[in-house]
Amino acid sequence: MEKKRFDIVGHRKIWYSFSLLIIIAGLICMVTRGFNLGIDFTGGTIIDLQFEQKVNINNVRSVMDSYDLGDSQIQLSGVSSSAVEAKNVMIRTKDLPQQERQKIMQGLKEKLGAYKVLREEKVGATIGKELVMNAIWATILSWVLIIVYVSYRFEFKFGLAAILALVHDTLVVLSIFSLTHRQIDSSFIAAILTIVGFSVNDTIVIFDRIRENLKLHFRRGGDIEELANRSIYQTLTRSIYTVSTVLVTTIALYVFGGDTTKNFAFALIIGFAFGSYSSIFTATPLWITFTEYSQKKRERKRQAEQEAALAAKAKK
Amino acid sequence: MKRGSLWKLAATVIGVIVVFVLFIKPLAFSIRQGLDLQGGTHVVLEGVSTPNAKVNDDAMNRVQKIMENRVNGMGLTEPIIQREGKDRIIIELPGVKNPDKAIDILGKTALLEFKDEDGKVVLTGKDLKNAREETNQQGQNLVELEFTSAGAKKFAELTEENVGRHISILLDGKVLTSPVVNEPITGGKAVITGSRTLEEAHNLALLLRSGALPVKVQVIEVRTVGPTLGQDSKAKSERAFIIGVSAVVLFMLLFYRVSGFIADISLMAYVMILLFALKMLDATLTLPGIAGIILSVGMAVDANVLIFEHFKEEIRLGKTLRSAMNSGFKRAFITIFDSNLTTIIAAVVLFFFGTGPIRGFAITLGLGVVLSMFTAITMTQYMLRWLIDANIIHNPRFFGASLSFFTSDNASGDGKAVK
Repeated sequence: MEKKRFDIVGHRKIWYSFSLLIIIAGLICMVTRGFNLGIDFTGGTIIDLQFEQKVNINNVRSVMDSYDLGDSQIQLSGVSSSAVEAKNVMIRTKDLPQQERQKIMQGLKEKLGAYKVLREEKVGATIGKELVMNAIWATILSWVLIIVYVSYRFEFKFGLAAILALVHDTLVVLSIFSLTHRQIDSSFIAAILTIVGFSVNDTIVIFDRIRENLKLHFRRGGDIEELANRSIYQTLTRSIYTVSTVLVTTIALYVFGGDTTKNFAFALIIGFAFGSYSSIFTATPLWITFTEYSQKKRERKRQAEQEAALAAKAKK
Repeated sequence: MKRGSLWKLAATVIGVIVVFVLFIKPLAFSIRQGLDLQGGTHVVLEGVSTPNAKVNDDAMNRVQKIMENRVNGMGLTEPIIQREGKDRIIIELPGVKNPDKAIDILGKTALLEFKDEDGKVVLTGKDLKNAREETNQQGQNLVELEFTSAGAKKFAELTEENVGRHISILLDGKVLTSPVVNEPITGGKAVITGSRTLEEAHNLALLLRSGALPVKVQVIEVRTVGPTLGQDSKAKSERAFIIGVSAVVLFMLLFYRVSGFIADISLMAYVMILLFALKMLDATLTLPGIAGIILSVGMAVDANVLIFEHFKEEIRLGKTLRSAMNSGFKRAFITIFDSNLTTIIAAVVLFFFGTGPIRGFAITLGLGVVLSMFTAITMTQYMLRWLIDANIIHNPRFFGASLSFFTSDNASGDGKAVK
C-alpha cells in the first residue's frame, strides 16, 4: 500500500554537514577577508554622477589624484565591466568635509565636463559604529522574543530548534555575502530581520503540524522520526508554493528594481531559499535530535534507577 | 439563497477588480514619497559640547526651533525637522535645488558680533530685532539690520565712541565687513555690505533672523538623491511591483484554479487596504518600503495556501465541500496565527531599532502581515463560502484538490509521496 518515501530526517547528518560546510567556509572568509562594508558602516562619501558625455575612468582617477584621493573607489555603471568609459560614474572616498567635496565636484566639472548629480552621500564614522551595534542588538532581541514565543506556544525544544535554524540562515546569508564580496549597507539589517521573520514563520508551519500529529497519533514509544517525516510531507506542497511565490516577488525586485535595492533583494533571495530549506532540513531534524537526546537521558535515568533498585534488592 | 450567494460573490469580485484597476495608481501616488523617490536632501546634525556651551535637552530644543526657522526660509514643500536621540536633529529637504547651500546654512552657528577696534565685543546677534536683504540705489546687495531698543542704545554708544575708527562685524569669528564710523548712528539701524548676490544677502539675513545656535553643531550625515535617480527608482519599483504581483496572481491560478482566483481577488483587496492604511497613517513611502509591499504580496499568499491545503486535505478525507471548508479554516487559523506572529515580532524590533527608510520598511512589513492575515481569514473565507453555497461547482478538482506534487491520503494515515 504505502509507497516508499525518501527519509528526510533519517539523513540528517548529510544536511547538517552541508550547512556546516557553507558556514565554515563563510566564517573562514569572514575572518580572513571580511565583508565589503558600505559607507553606512565605514563612514565615507559617495558621489554618484551622470556626465553628459562619456568619461574615461583614468581621467576621473587623475582628477581625484590631484586632490590626494587617488585611492578612492571609482566605478562605472550602466556599461559592461570591461569598459573604461561611461556616463555614470560613482566615486567613493573617505569621509570628506563639505568644502572639500564641493571643491572636488567643481574640479570634475572643469576637467571632465558637465554632469547631473544622481546621488551624494556623506556618513560620519561614528554613525557606522552605532549602526553595527544597533543591528546586533536588534537581531539578538528578535531571536530572544521569538524563542520565548515559540517555547510558550509549543515547547522549549521547538523554540531551540527554530532559533538554531534561524542562526543557521543568518550565518549562511552572511557567509554568502562574504564569499561573493557583495556590499553590505543598512538595508542589509532589514533584510536579515525579514529573513528571521520568514524563516521562523516557515518553520512553525511544520512544527505546528508535528504538534497536531503528536496530539492525534503519537503514542508513547511511537516512531518519532516517522512522525516528523510525515509532517514534513504533509506540509510540503505548502512549503513549495509559498517559497515559490515569495521568491518570484523577490526575484522581480532583484531583476527589475533599482540598483539601490539590488543587494537588499539578493540577501532576501538567499535568505528565503535557505529559510525554507532550513525548516525542513535543519529545524525539524534538530528537533528530532533534541527529543531523542532527552528520551535517551530519561531512558538512562530509568535504567540507572532500576539497576540501583536491583542492586538494593540483591544486597538484601 | 443560492442565487443570493452567487450575486454576492460576483459583486465582490467585480467590485474589487474595478476598484483595483481604477484606483491603485492614484492611491499609490497620493502617499507621501520619501526623499529616495522624489529627490531631496537628508541631513543629520549633531550637537557638539564645547567648554562654553554644553549640549543638553534645552539647547537641542532651541537648535531645533532655529533650524525650523532656517528651513522655513528656504521655501520648500513639506520639510521635516525632528530630534533624534539626545543630541541629533534630522532634517529632510524635499526637492531642494542647491543642497550644498542649504547644508551651509544649516551648519552655521550664525553668531553675530560687533567689535570695536580693540577687539571688545559690544553687541551680538541677540540685540537684533530683524534682518532683511535689500539692493540699494547703487545696485549693492546688502543686509539691513534692525536692533532691539537695548541694542540700539548699545550701538549708538559704540558708534559715538568710535567716530573715525573701524568697527567690525563678524559672523562665526569671520569678519564680514569692517567699516569706518563717520558719525554716531542713533536710529537703531545698520547695514552689512559685501554680499555678492541678492541670494547671498538673503541667506545671511535668514541666518541672522533665525538667531545663533546655543551650541555648535556638526553635519554628520548627508544623503542627497537627485531628481533623475528618484524618477528612475520610482519607475523601476513600479515595474518590479507589476511583474511580481502578476506572477503571484498567475501562480495562484495555476496552483488552485477557482480557489486561486478567489485568493487573487483577496490579494488585490489586500494591496488596496495596505496602501489605504499607509495613506491614512500618513506614512512615507520609501524605496525599501515599496520592497516591503512587493514582498508582502508574496507572503500574503501563504495564509491562503495554508487554508487551501487544509481544505484539500479535508476533501480527501471524504468530507463535503462545506464541512471541509469549515474545518479547513479552523485548522489553518492556528497555524496562520502562530507563524505570522513571529514575523510581526521581527517587524516590531526592526521598527524600534531602525531609522529612516528602514522604519518605512518595518511599517509596511508589519502592517502587511496583519492585513494579509485579515483579508485571508475574512475575504477568502466569505467568498469561498458563497461559491460553495451558490452550488455551481461540485467537482473538487476545481479547487485544485488533485493538483499537488505530493499527496497525503489522509491526516491520520501515512502520507504518500510521489517523487
